Amino acid sequence: MTKKRKSISYAKWGYIFILPFFLCYFIFSLIPLADTIRYSFFEYYRSGIKEIGPNFIGMENYASLLQSDMLKYGINTLILWVIGFIPQIVVALLLAVWFTDIRLKIHGKQFFKVVIYLPNLIMASAFAMLFFTMFSTNGPINSILMGAGIIKERIDFMGTAFGTRSLVGFMNFLMWFGNTTIMLMAAIMGISVDIFEASELDGCNSLKRFYYIILPLIRPILAYTLITAIIGGLQMFDVPQILTNGQGNPNRTSMTLIMFLNNHLKSKNYGMAGALSVYLFIVSGILCFFVYRMTNDNDPDGSKAAAKRKAKEERRRRR
Amino acid sequence: MKKKLLVMLLAAAVTTGTMAGSVYAGDEGKVINIYSWNNEFRERVEAVYSEVEKTSDDGTVTTLKDGTEIHWIINPNQDGVYQQKLDEALLRQADVSDDEKVDIFLSETDYVNKYTDADAGVAMPLTDLGIDPETDLADQYSFTKTTASDQDGVQRGSTWQCCPGLLVYRRDIAMDVFGTDDPEAVGEKVKDWDTIKATAEELKAKGYYTFSSYADTFRLYGNSIEESWVAPGETTLKVDQKIMDWVKDSKEWLDAGYFDKTVKGQWNDDWNKSMGSASKVFGFLLPAWGIDFVLSKNWDGDEGAWAVTNPPQEYNWGGSYVHACEGTDNPEHVKDIILALTADKENLLKISREKSDFTNTLSGMQEAASDDENFSSAFLGGQNPFKYFAPVAENIKIAPLSAYDQGCVELIQNTFGDYLQDKVDFDTAKANFETAIIERYPDITEIQWAE
Repeated sequence: MTKKRKSISYAKWGYIFILPFFLCYFIFSLIPLADTIRYSFFEYYRSGIKEIGPNFIGMENYASLLQSDMLKYGINTLILWVIGFIPQIVVALLLAVWFTDIRLKIHGKQFFKVVIYLPNLIMASAFAMLFFTMFSTNGPINSILMGAGIIKERIDFMGTAFGTRSLVGFMNFLMWFGNTTIMLMAAIMGISVDIFEASELDGCNSLKRFYYIILPLIRPILAYTLITAIIGGLQMFDVPQILTNGQGNPNRTSMTLIMFLNNHLKSKNYGMAGALSVYLFIVSGILCFFVYRMTNDNDPDGSKAAAKRKAKEERRRRR
Repeated sequence: MKKKLLVMLLAAAVTTGTMAGSVYAGDEGKVINIYSWNNEFRERVEAVYSEVEKTSDDGTVTTLKDGTEIHWIINPNQDGVYQQKLDEALLRQADVSDDEKVDIFLSETDYVNKYTDADAGVAMPLTDLGIDPETDLADQYSFTKTTASDQDGVQRGSTWQCCPGLLVYRRDIAMDVFGTDDPEAVGEKVKDWDTIKATAEELKAKGYYTFSSYADTFRLYGNSIEESWVAPGETTLKVDQKIMDWVKDSKEWLDAGYFDKTVKGQWNDDWNKSMGSASKVFGFLLPAWGIDFVLSKNWDGDEGAWAVTNPPQEYNWGGSYVHACEGTDNPEHVKDIILALTADKENLLKISREKSDFTNTLSGMQEAASDDENFSSAFLGGQNPFKYFAPVAENIKIAPLSAYDQGCVELIQNTFGDYLQDKVDFDTAKANFETAIIERYPDITEIQWAE
C-alpha cells in the first residue's frame, strides 16, 4: 500500500531548472563583485612584476579618487552620452511613429528596419577604427572636402575637444538609434488600434496623438530604453578609447570614467579600480532610481493622489 | 619524486631510442617554452640554429633533432598583452610542472629592465647557465651587454641584434634641394643639430619637411638621458634635461614648419602615409628594423628611392633581448640556443644577410661594412647600409634604464603632443603627465622636472 500523496509540487522543478543560472551568477558574477568591493579597501597593485599588497588601507583609495580628476571624467562621460543620446531618442521616436503609422503606408519598411539596425552589428572598436581613419587629418573625409573646394586647409577633426566629442556622439547615435527605433516600434504596435481610430474620429491630429496617446502609453518601454542607455553611457569606453588611442585627447577632454578605470588596470591596481567601480555602482544606482521614479508615475493625471487626499479628509471629518 | 623519475625515464628513452648521437645529457625536459610577441625570434632560430629539425605548419612547435620540442607562445605586444601574459606565467613559474615552465622569454629595450631586475629574480644570470660574458660574448657591442644587466652589473640576457639608428632620406628630394643624392654629401648637411637646422630651412624653402613628426626625433633625446627616469630603489621620477630639450626643440621645429603639422606622433595612419611617394617628408630616423619593417612596407614607389646616411647624433632604438628564465628545466638547451643565436659570428652574419638585421657582432659588422657585394640593399639603391650603421653602433652610449621606461616614454610623448600642437599650455601638459604617470605607476610618489 502506498501512501497517498497530499499534493504534487512542481515548484521544485522550477527551482532546479533555474539553478544553473544562479550557480553561474554566484561563481562568475557575485563573488568577483564582492571581491571588487573588498579590494577597494586595499592597496593592491603591481610594480614591474612585483606584487604590492594587498594591504588594508581603509578608505584611502576613495579619498584619493575624490582628489583626482574623477569628477571631470564623469562630466566628460555625461557630455559624450548626451551628445549621442538626444539625437538618438528623437530620431528613433520619429522613425518609430512614422513606421507604425498605418496611414502613411511606407513601402519597404522591413528593408529600412534592417538598414538602420546594421551599424549596430559592427563591433564598436571596428567602427571607431573606421572613423579614426576616415576623419584623420590626411584621411578621405578631408580629401573629399578639399577636392570639392569646400575647405581650403585640412581640418584637424580629432585635434579639438568639440570635434572628438562630436565624433564620439555621432558614432554612438549611429550605432544605437536603429536598436531604439525597433524597440519603440514594438511598444507603439502594442497600443490597441481602437484607440487610434477613436482618436481620429474625435478629430485628433497627429501631434496630439503623439503627445497624448503614444507617449503616455509607451512609457514603460521608454523607461527601459533610458535606463539601459544610462547604464550603457556610464560604461562607455570602446569608441573614445579607440578613437583617441586610450588617451582621451586632447587634454583628456574625451576621457570617460571607464577609460580612467582602464588606466588603473594597466598597473593591475585592483584597489583603486575597485574603489572607482564602487563609485560607478552607486552613481548608476541613484540614476536608475530617479529614472524609474520619473517614468513609472502610475498616477499621471493626479487622480489617485486626489482620491487619497479626499479619503484622508473624510476620515478626519468622521473623527 | 615519482614524476621526476618518469620524466627522466622518458627523456632517456627518447634520447637513446630515437636520437642516437645527441649532444645533450638525458636529464633535460622535453619541452622548451619560449615567450615572444612575434615570429621574429622563431624565424631566426630556424634560420641559423643547427639543431632544428622542423617546425609544424602552424608555427607553434619546432622540433629539435634530439626530439625536444620548442613551444612558441606568441602574444602581441599591443596594449601590453605580451607582458601581461608573460607576467602571469612568470608568477606561476614555481607551481607548474616542468613542461609548462617558461624556459626562454624575450623582452624589448623599453621594458628589459623590468625583467633583469635582480629583485624580480626572473631572468637568470648568464653565468649560472655557464656562459661567461667576458669571453663568450666578447664580440658583442658593449652597450647591449649593459642594457641586459641588472643594477649590480650582472648580465641577465643577450641579444642577436643591435639597433643603431640612421637618417634615411629620399634621393629625389635630396637631388631637388641639394643637387646631389650622394650619402656623403647629404651626411655633411645633417651631421649635427646646428647643421641640420640650417638644412631644414633649405628644405622648407622648397616646400619639404625635414622629418614627419615631433616623435621622430624623440629617440635621439630620450635614449641619451643622463639619469634613469627612476633611480633604483627610489620612487621619485626625474624628467631629464634631455627630455625638456626635446620639448623645446620640437616646439621650435614644429612652429618653424620643419615637421609636418598634420602628423601627430608615430605608428598611425598619417605617419605611414608620410612614408609614401606623395609625401613631402625628406627623411626619417630609423634603425635597421625600421627600414626593413616600416619604411619599405609603407613606400609605394620604385626600389632605390631611399638612401641612408649618418644621423645628427648617434642613437639606439629598440632591440630584443633573450633571457633564460629562472626555474627552467632545460638549462643546457637554453644555453645552447642563446650562444648559437647571439654569440656565433657566422650565424649572426647569416641573419644579417638574410633578414637585414644589424647583428650583435662587432668584428662581423665591421666586415659587413666593407663587403658591398653581400650586404648592399636593393631598397636603398644598392647602397651598403652597414657602412653607416657600424660606426654609429660603436659610438652609442646607452641611457641608464629603469623599469618605468615604457610608460614614461609613451606618456611624455602623448601629453606633450598636446602642448606641441598648441592644444594646452606648458604647465597643463606637465600636470597631465604627472596625472597619467601616477595612474600608470601607483608607486611613484614625486615627479621632479629639469630646469
